[in-house]
Amino acid sequence: MYAMTGKLLRVNLSSGTIQTEAIPADLAEKYIGGRGLATKYYTEEVPAGVTALSPENKLIMMTGPLTGTFATSAGRYMCVSKAPLTETIGCANSGGNFGAELKYAGFDGIILEGRSPEPVYLHIKNGKAVLRPADKLWGKTVYETTDMLNETHGPEAKVACIGPAGENGVLYAAIMNDKHRAAGRGGLGAVMGSKNLKAVVVRGTDGIKVADSEGFLAACIDARRKLRSHPVTGTGLGVYGTEILVNIVNSVGALPVHNWRDGAVYKDAEDISGEALAEKYLVRNKGCFGCTIACGRVTKIPNGPYKSAGEGPEYEAAWALGASCGINDLAAICKVNFLCNEYGMDPITLGATYACAMELFDKGLLTKEEIGGPLAFGDAQSIVDFAVKTAMKEGFGARLAEGSYRLAESVGHPELSMSVKKQEMPAYDGRGAQGMGLSYATSNRGGCHVRGYMTSPEILGIPTKMDPLVTEGKAAMLKVFQDLTAVVDSAGICLFTTFGMGLPEIGAQLRPATGFSYTDEEILKTGERIWNMEKLYNLSGGFSKKDDTLPPRLLKEALPEGPAKGKVCELDTMLAEYYQVRGWDAEGVPTPEKISELGLK
Amino acid sequence: MVLRPEKCLGCRSCELICSFNRAKEFNPQKSAVTVIPYDKAMICVPIMCTQCEEACCEKVCPVSAISKDEHGARIIDEKKCIVCKMCISACPLGNIAFDGDKVFKCDLCGGEPNCALHCPSGAIEYKEALPSSILKRKALADRFKDVFGEEE
Repeated sequence: MYAMTGKLLRVNLSSGTIQTEAIPADLAEKYIGGRGLATKYYTEEVPAGVTALSPENKLIMMTGPLTGTFATSAGRYMCVSKAPLTETIGCANSGGNFGAELKYAGFDGIILEGRSPEPVYLHIKNGKAVLRPADKLWGKTVYETTDMLNETHGPEAKVACIGPAGENGVLYAAIMNDKHRAAGRGGLGAVMGSKNLKAVVVRGTDGIKVADSEGFLAACIDARRKLRSHPVTGTGLGVYGTEILVNIVNSVGALPVHNWRDGAVYKDAEDISGEALAEKYLVRNKGCFGCTIACGRVTKIPNGPYKSAGEGPEYEAAWALGASCGINDLAAICKVNFLCNEYGMDPITLGATYACAMELFDKGLLTKEEIGGPLAFGDAQSIVDFAVKTAMKEGFGARLAEGSYRLAESVGHPELSMSVKKQEMPAYDGRGAQGMGLSYATSNRGGCHVRGYMTSPEILGIPTKMDPLVTEGKAAMLKVFQDLTAVVDSAGICLFTTFGMGLPEIGAQLRPATGFSYTDEEILKTGERIWNMEKLYNLSGGFSKKDDTLPPRLLKEALPEGPAKGKVCELDTMLAEYYQVRGWDAEGVPTPEKISELGLK
Repeated sequence: MVLRPEKCLGCRSCELICSFNRAKEFNPQKSAVTVIPYDKAMICVPIMCTQCEEACCEKVCPVSAISKDEHGARIIDEKKCIVCKMCISACPLGNIAFDGDKVFKCDLCGGEPNCALHCPSGAIEYKEALPSSILKRKALADRFKDVFGEEE
């Protein structure tokens, strides 16, 4: 097998046994790797009725064939499991150096099973793996854990770990790697914590060989050139990071304010924008392994009450902690983002849960006594104070740790949670960008922007400009985005490459890397296969058409101002068309013909 | 070679292309350039052979396998090399390594260093006949110009 090691580790944490398995070449061809391959293993091995935090759940980490090579931004690895926040298929990926190092150590992926009786960490070095006691690491932050493991295993070792949030079962705890990078959404860090697995440390010195060296290098150089000459991947993301979107999305009236209650034009957008971040706190930009886009923000708050340093925030985090909470204090937003990295939590869900709590407090549905003080929109100090309390599940933090849906439901108002399938929607209002609304409603992991990024055509005009306010054509475009994203996540490259390149460049890199002769069309069909595989798994877990929806606020409350004034999300129209485009029946179930066409059983 | 760590993104594209050109595999262990990250100091530093004028590797080699080529690179003649690794010991900068088979170092890719070619940020640049000290002097001179010059 080329580009892949062809091997995976199977670690049973209950019994402490570790085995190496071969990955069949036909599976690698049919599911590419990463998200596709991991989901194939996961759905075969874990019945849909298994709950996320039970020992019967498994957690799979999987790289793609391009991970660790010279391909475009090829530093990604994928985590697949049942997600505690949603109980849907959970699937989150991350960059940094960990994924590449895992391949250099001789493995494409790791399947983690069972539950260790004691806290442990997995140490992998050049084809060998061993479980070691983690009692000294338990309770430590992500930074402390990483430093301690690098002290023990050398500075070259790469670490993926959980922080206190994952240990304590915060439902949106992240798996962190290289300190600042996160497989962030859905709470897979809590799955790792439930298995008593604190960290995976990996060091490898083997190389990755490709099938056609010259052809591969030429394809990589061509694709890299395209990224560097594109305004988004060559300039925008490097200079301003994803935060560049704050002013852009605000200008089209799709930046939700105050838990999506008060429209989608934020008066203080400028204060929390990428431009402001670059001017005030950016030290330099940083790339993940092999990435020339380098959207990473190395940031420092040099003085004041929030004096600290770290990485981020991303656009969605800055929105969730900023506009959605009515907070324009960028230093406080950065501080909470750093704490999320340190304690291992998803700042999107944390910020959106704060915003929900603020609205519940505003409406008198949560009292000062319950919260331990007021929690009003605009209260920057509180979002900082509650970050650690949430990770530690202290006081009201324990309720914030459940996410916005369970919080709002506990006071009898689940409709005030701005979530889909209990996962909070990120920073793009589905009323001002209709296709994003459809994307949230149909995402296999709940409210999420990176399953089908309709912002790209609707707001950025990539690959073609679509009117964000109309519904026509959105279903068909979304299908392509969802399928292509599944390909990207399986190949081991970053989704951001798709601003500057597309399927032809992905296919041109995959074929010489692996030696498989799949055409671009077949590769995209694989994306569709992966999407349907995830969908079928959710269906067998009890999800149905009624879950493919949006909070009532988006369907009934029209935007009061801005370019999208008067709009609600016209989901019903788009959803029916989407099911049709997908080859699913009117209830959103893949037809037997579609299942057979995709080679799924 | 002009190294500007303040520009380095830490992406390690240089390590990938170097190892691939040399060993036909992607493997930072087989790269003649290494990016060293400093998390707390918030900087990454690329390190590689600086092609010393007084090259210890060349001087210590018992079989005269190391010599200077037309581009100023100290290169290893693999036909002569007995892989005694004395050059690795002698190099005060740690820029020669053993890949399990051969001793290797930066050879400037025959005059077109690929690390510089594929560096996305300009942290590694290859400039002939323009020493970096001139660039630094010019940067300093620019400050005088800004303070005392008439340009608006």
